[in-house]
Amino acid sequence: MMLLFYLAAAIAVISTAAVIVQTNIVHALIYLILSLLAVAVIFYVLGAPFAALLEAIVYAGAIMVLFLFVIMMLNLGQHTRDEERSWMTMQVWIAPSIMAAILLAQLVNVLSQYDQELTPVRVGVLEVSALLFGPYVLAVELASILLLAGLVSAYHLAKK
Amino acid sequence: MFTLIKDSLLTQVRTLWLVFKKLFTKADTVEYPDVQPYMFPRWRGRIILSRDPDGEERCVACNLCAVVCPVDCIALQKAEKDDGRWYPEFFRINFSRCVMCGFCEEACPTNAIQLTPDFEMAEYVRQDMVWEKENLLINGTGKYHDYNFYRVSGMQIDGKDKGEALNEAAPVDVRSLLP
Amino acid sequence: MFTLQVGSIFTIILVLAVVIVVAAMLIWVERRLLSFWQERLGPNRVGWFGLLQVVADMVKIFNKEDWIPRFADRFSFVLAPAIIMTVVLLSFAVIPFAPNIGVVDSNVGVLFVLAMASLGAYSVMLGGLSSDNKYALLGSLRCAAQMVSYEVFMGISLLGVVALSGSFNLRVIVEAQADGWYVIPQFVGFVIFLIAGIAESHRLPFDLPEAEGEIAAGYHAEYGGIKFGMFFVAEYVGLVLVSSLITVLFFGGWLGPAFLPPIVWFSAKAFTFIAFFILLRAAIPRPRYDQLMNFGWLFLLPVSLVNLLVTGAIILSTQ
Repeated sequence: MMLLFYLAAAIAVISTAAVIVQTNIVHALIYLILSLLAVAVIFYVLGAPFAALLEAIVYAGAIMVLFLFVIMMLNLGQHTRDEERSWMTMQVWIAPSIMAAILLAQLVNVLSQYDQELTPVRVGVLEVSALLFGPYVLAVELASILLLAGLVSAYHLAKK
Repeated sequence: MFTLIKDSLLTQVRTLWLVFKKLFTKADTVEYPDVQPYMFPRWRGRIILSRDPDGEERCVACNLCAVVCPVDCIALQKAEKDDGRWYPEFFRINFSRCVMCGFCEEACPTNAIQLTPDFEMAEYVRQDMVWEKENLLINGTGKYHDYNFYRVSGMQIDGKDKGEALNEAAPVDVRSLLP
Repeated sequence: MFTLQVGSIFTIILVLAVVIVVAAMLIWVERRLLSFWQERLGPNRVGWFGLLQVVADMVKIFNKEDWIPRFADRFSFVLAPAIIMTVVLLSFAVIPFAPNIGVVDSNVGVLFVLAMASLGAYSVMLGGLSSDNKYALLGSLRCAAQMVSYEVFMGISLLGVVALSGSFNLRVIVEAQADGWYVIPQFVGFVIFLIAGIAESHRLPFDLPEAEGEIAAGYHAEYGGIKFGMFFVAEYVGLVLVSSLITVLFFGGWLGPAFLPPIVWFSAKAFTFIAFFILLRAAIPRPRYDQLMNFGWLFLLPVSLVNLLVTGAIILSTQ
């Protein structure tokens, strides 16, 4: 199980890095999907199969499809690739790298102080549902109202 | 709602049922190499050159077939026998061009060129589709059994002078004043 | 070693081999059945009743030139057929064929199948996008919209079954149908799942992504040889998958009178649905694209939501 975790984590990190440096946007999207699937595997290894599969269905399966759908209609060709390449200069990298390094240092600091043994607790469908419709029912309702508003506005825009 | 269900759903179910019933009907297919289809006598298939009832070639090399052919697939060269009969020195049909239209058969004044109900003429080498006279010529009369061009035409050959053909009047003496 | 039990190596290899062989044989089955329904005979010359036609087709496809158009995006172009094949074969991991035949006994089997189905959309989209061909692009645009939409109804129509059995585990769902198949209480869900399953595996009559008459084979217009073969076989594997899912979710899976072994019952039920899908192909014409979308969002979505609500209400009131 530990080996699976590290393997999936390595894939997630590498593919996320590939998303950033990839100039071909379709390839970047494929790496992003790969990264999301790797995260889903991590969820599964940590004992949350429901979250893992929802990650695969919702993020990798639905949202990324819509990303790809939009890219299809944009007619991106060689010129966008050249433009992307021209943006990949050193000075663009400096500021985000410094900030990411600070965050990484903080993360390492926090994790090194956390000395409890991490034992995966199995969180199945029933547990998630009980939590969602128990203590967090208000959040679920708010999210559904937000989604309803989105739905209505999308319908309105499509009607015009 | 009811009409929607009736028009959209039930009609589809009915279509499915009607198509499903076809499972138990006999197929229309004729399994060709095993079961030979009936070929009609007037089918326009492979072209042959026939002989007259005496066993001589009917073709008189008039070139009408070559002229009428829309795809120019017929080539022949006229030659003459000692007795005055005309015959093709070579007669060549390029079946890779032939469209089996049958115009040559209609144009032929001697019923020599005829189309037959045979259609199995596939070849692996394109050159083999060019048929020469020895391939085309058959030993029979084809569809017209009694016809003999030289017996009914006024053409003069050895052993048959002008006016000696069947149903032919003697030639008019143009130098005479008699009617 | 050679014992049939869930998760043993032998069972996994057996399931994989049988699924691929059955899917390949479906090419012949479909051609034969279609021709019977069209009053023809179909392929009957290679081998007994034409059974070896599949072998001949496969030999032909394997021998073809493995060609990648020079204008295509090689990476995505090669990846696309591999994705669909992987995804449909992975979905079989959770299908319970019989009490002792299956790959895994997963607690989230239904969700796993849905996740794999949603990932399958990438294959078609990437294939069409990387081909750099306008017909392929049109096909994959249609496919993206169609698959994303019908996934929704597929998921919602399943939830009635999940609510009745109280589990996402396909084995539990099968065993819960011992005293009655779910097709009776969940008939609406069954019909919606059937329609969405056809749309999801983009078979006729919902084959708009590859409509030959309109957009010239659509997303696989530029594919040939073994890569086309993978798309082709994956479509049949998807057909087997949808039929197996319907069998498991609504028709009691392997359950049946005891005089036949469970796997025979499963196969018989699944094959009935395969034949039904082929009948649909023979009988129903392809709808227009906007008709397909309207039918989905304006008819199937409300009906499936109402079905789920009513199912929930009945379960709550009878508890």
